[in-house]
Amino acid sequence: MKLLFQLYCTFFRIGGLTFGGGLTMLPMLKYELSEKKDWVTEDELLDYYAIGQCTPGIIAVNTSTFVGYKMKGIPGAIAATLGMISPSLLIISVLALFLSQIIDNPIMIHALAGIRVVVCALLLNTVITLAKKSFVSPLCVGIAIVVFLLALFTPVPTILLIIVSGALGVILQKTGKLKLDKEGHAKS
Amino acid sequence: MSIYFYLFIEFFQIGLFAIGGGPATIPFLMNLTERYDWYTKADVANMLAVSESTPGPIGVNMATYAGFQAAGVAGGIIATFSLVLPSLIVIIIIAKLLENFSKNPYVQSAFWSIRPAVTGLIANAVLGIFETAIFTNAEGHFHFPVFSVLLCAVFFGVMNIKKLKKLHPVVWILGGAVFGIMFKM
Repeated sequence: MKLLFQLYCTFFRIGGLTFGGGLTMLPMLKYELSEKKDWVTEDELLDYYAIGQCTPGIIAVNTSTFVGYKMKGIPGAIAATLGMISPSLLIISVLALFLSQIIDNPIMIHALAGIRVVVCALLLNTVITLAKKSFVSPLCVGIAIVVFLLALFTPVPTILLIIVSGALGVILQKTGKLKLDKEGHAKS
Repeated sequence: MSIYFYLFIEFFQIGLFAIGGGPATIPFLMNLTERYDWYTKADVANMLAVSESTPGPIGVNMATYAGFQAAGVAGGIIATFSLVLPSLIVIIIIAKLLENFSKNPYVQSAFWSIRPAVTGLIANAVLGIFETAIFTNAEGHFHFPVFSVLLCAVFFGVMNIKKLKKLHPVVWILGGAVFGIMFKM
């Protein structure tokens, strides 16, 4: 019981003190889990992180579920995950309540108009970063363009596009057209 | 059926199929605006701004916010729990069964092609956000606001200056708010 409470509190701190999620959370995870406590080694953490990236869902949540499970089985996984999402639930609920009260204020309307422009610039950055990471061969660029056009011009469901893309990679590998090294990078 | 039930179904699916973390949920959140009147496409930009400026994983923040817009505090809680439930199930199974999940050749080859597909999907969602956040006027028609487009380009340029790259997004978001108020955007 004590360990479950510790798991909850530790991940509550990580969730509540890191902005941005994803990669920005890694230093905080390392500090809380490997340095302050010896729950997981740095290597284990990087492994969990890698798995968190290639499993469905939010990477930070996946990583906390993994660490929690390793520490105390299914109850541990649940405690860690609840800890990770609790700060978001509290902060966003309060903020959304507050924002919905002042959203019609003229100053707020101007501020949000400016913010929306910046969000667009930030998103453009996100797309470029993702493209740099995922465009590891010309075929990958082709896949991205085809999926982009299908999503833009046809009503094909997002889920189907993801499943078919995943199947394509497996088929290419099975038929020997795609060869990956141990790190998962394509061999030319 | 109650709205909570739909929130559960939709966010469970997002949790199950949004591969690649927070940004991967954006296409799904945009897609929801076409089937429900929980929030508008323009709201998504506000949700993103709030989610990036507050602590916690962005994807979780977005889900809480979207659920709140749909059905208040209870909606936020249900959306968030539904989003993380698939992660819990999938990760526990993987932790039990597969020692070297991320080194499995099937997993690697599937992700080799899923990653660029997700990039394409996110690019499409981002295009939709550009459309509603910049190129749609108050009456809902297409317009081309030269000032906003230039401001966006300037912000994009400045945030890619090497020394400023590490700055937290909240800095840019606050900057956007200041510009918006100063120029009565």
